[in-house]
Amino acid sequence: MINLASRDILHGWGKFVFTGIGLGLLIGVTLTMAGVYRGMVDDARALLENAGADLWVVQQDTLGPYAEPSNVHDDVSKELLGLPDIQEAGNVTYLTMQIRHDGKDIRVMLVGYEAGKPGEPGYLVAGRPIYQSHYEALADIKTGLSLGDKISVRRHEYAIVGLTRRMVSSSGDPMIFIPLKDAQEVQFLKDNDALVNERARTAANPAFNRPGIPGLLEAIQASQTSSRFVNAILVRTAPGTDEAVAGQIARWKHLEAYTKPQMDEILVVRLIATSAKQIFMFLVILAIVSAAIVAFIIYTMTMNKVREIAVLKLIGAMNKTISGMILQQALGLGLIGFMVGKFSATLWAPLFPKYVLLLPGDAVSGFILVMLMCAVASIFAIRAALNIDPATAIGG
Amino acid sequence: MSRKNIGLLMLLAGVAMVFAWVVMTQGPLAPVKVTVDKVQTGNLANSVFGIGTLKARHSYNLAPTMTSRVKAVLVDQGDHVVAGQVLAEMDPVDLNEKLIGSQRMVEKTANSIQAATAQVSEAQSRLKMVSATVNRYLELRGKGFVSQDMFDAKQHEMNAATSALTVAEANLAAAREEHARAQADMRGIGKARAQTRLISPVNGVVIARLVESGSTVAGGQVVLQVIDPDILWVETRIAQQQAGQIRVGQTAQVILRSRPQAPVAGKVARLDMVSDAVTEERIVNVLIDVANASVGEYAEVTIKLPEMNNTRSISSAALKRIEKQNGVWVLLDGRVQFKPVRIGLATINGQTQILEGLNDDDTVIVYSQQALRPGLKVKVVSELVRS
Repeated sequence: MINLASRDILHGWGKFVFTGIGLGLLIGVTLTMAGVYRGMVDDARALLENAGADLWVVQQDTLGPYAEPSNVHDDVSKELLGLPDIQEAGNVTYLTMQIRHDGKDIRVMLVGYEAGKPGEPGYLVAGRPIYQSHYEALADIKTGLSLGDKISVRRHEYAIVGLTRRMVSSSGDPMIFIPLKDAQEVQFLKDNDALVNERARTAANPAFNRPGIPGLLEAIQASQTSSRFVNAILVRTAPGTDEAVAGQIARWKHLEAYTKPQMDEILVVRLIATSAKQIFMFLVILAIVSAAIVAFIIYTMTMNKVREIAVLKLIGAMNKTISGMILQQALGLGLIGFMVGKFSATLWAPLFPKYVLLLPGDAVSGFILVMLMCAVASIFAIRAALNIDPATAIGG
Repeated sequence: MSRKNIGLLMLLAGVAMVFAWVVMTQGPLAPVKVTVDKVQTGNLANSVFGIGTLKARHSYNLAPTMTSRVKAVLVDQGDHVVAGQVLAEMDPVDLNEKLIGSQRMVEKTANSIQAATAQVSEAQSRLKMVSATVNRYLELRGKGFVSQDMFDAKQHEMNAATSALTVAEANLAAAREEHARAQADMRGIGKARAQTRLISPVNGVVIARLVESGSTVAGGQVVLQVIDPDILWVETRIAQQQAGQIRVGQTAQVILRSRPQAPVAGKVARLDMVSDAVTEERIVNVLIDVANASVGEYAEVTIKLPEMNNTRSISSAALKRIEKQNGVWVLLDGRVQFKPVRIGLATINGQTQILEGLNDDDTVIVYSQQALRPGLKVKVVSELVRS
């Protein structure tokens, strides 16, 4: 028995293929949208993975460095090392800021970390780790910086000595890693004008500028310019003890300690929830639009063949054969559309400013959905085809 | 089948192949790209980097010893001064008058000494005469010419004259003491008077003039700061992890903030015994020879460490730390495997010394496109990022 669908497609294959490509681009956009959502979640998770920690120790009653401002004294990390089951503890600072390079602004997350401790990027794609105790930086390739570049952050110039990949903040800003001491200065040391003002204000305060106590004012002013704060302490614990240690820290150290699942929840559920819903809405609308287009195309294609279908009916073709032809055409359209969509999404995904993560699982479920959608969309066309009066074949 | 159909089928097959290629190489199913390197043997030159501030090796804070009012500041910031030069003067208040008074007292006590000396000589003379009389009476009494009563009276006269001499001598000694005391008082007041002058201890430059005439300053409050501008050093802060190999005499390169293009040669002159416990840095003083530098200036110091000969090393980027264990990923039959290693020194140009754990023919993974895990299939490329 001959296949009516393939015959019909071969008859007008150009139209069919181009319609499929058009549909494919739409499906590509839908897949990319899903990829954008996956990318957002993955950005958040990448941040957690890159920290390489089991516990995030932060200021009491805050949600941690990624969601809320948190300041902890940097010597707390040494106290923590004294607790049982804590293997490593490293201070980190996070600051989202704008840096200028070659006349253009780059939005980055500036990370201060201690070499050899948690918080250090796990792998490099070029260059070397930071070895000088000051003024060296590792940059993510998304910043567009390359090895040997000099960037200026606040007072100092930093040389890029290494490049990382997929080191991003929860909002997708690429990271720049610098030594902790420099980062503390960047975050907490004021600019020159503010310092001069602050000095004048202190000097004007009679409590700090008392006669007969030489050196008091100088001592106070010196103490105002030094900062010993960090945003969080990353802790690695002995396997399986993270929750117990977190409880100990919260109870005795008057700090907040989050385990990885808790931090994941903060980042994924709370931080990006609204954006995720937004994208989900787009996804739903796109899916509906695609379904409508498929339905419309199949319907038009069927209506263009009214006479042929009427002839088929006249010569005694069964309803099953006719609806099979339309369904197969719809599924074929869906197959071409999906392939073109997947292909285009894969090709244009790296060009997006934010990370687009295309998961094979998403592609599979996307394929099933597309096929389902095409099948559903063909129902109208099938209904219309079945309603065609065989007399149409002869009549005007 | 017609030619058109064959053509269409071939087109479809082509599209399917391209699709498969895209899925396998561009997406998440593609193997991880890595770059590899071998263990290298050679000389390792290393250096240590630190930041610091330019300071004078010798700095002098000049302050009055007691609370006083500033009468005059005779030099200004930047003035060159010589040792012994008066730089500022405090108001002596009544010290001049006190000094004159004490001088008078010295003169007076000198006169007292003269008077006491005269009294002594008078008492001596009197004793001499009385003792001659007593001797004569002794002879006469022996022959019975004078009465015992008269002899006793003369004897008493001699005792009295002896006592008078003792008194006069004591008076003289007291007058001398008094004179010495008056002189000491005068010297003391003179010294207090001298203290109201701030005198440069060295040939140097005034770097700060903190107080103006008319101000009242507490004892010890700095009025002027003088430094010796010929001996400058950079007080360098070196992270404790890197400070272990620094020795006095090592050469260094110093870049001053004011002249970033002109590095200055320096030399480690002193290692502080006490580290900064808070910042975990050791202070290393690096002497430099530079003209017209401003003290307090920011400087970057790179200290050269001795070269290590014939050392095995790998690129520092290859070194990973997993579960408190240093190690590297090595490539075995296209799959990766973690090998723990013991490392030595890491150099500033990106090489890390390998003490043990690696064979010379091991292929080490330097860079990877994403985090590795044991058994992961990788694809070796020449570089991950186009430079």
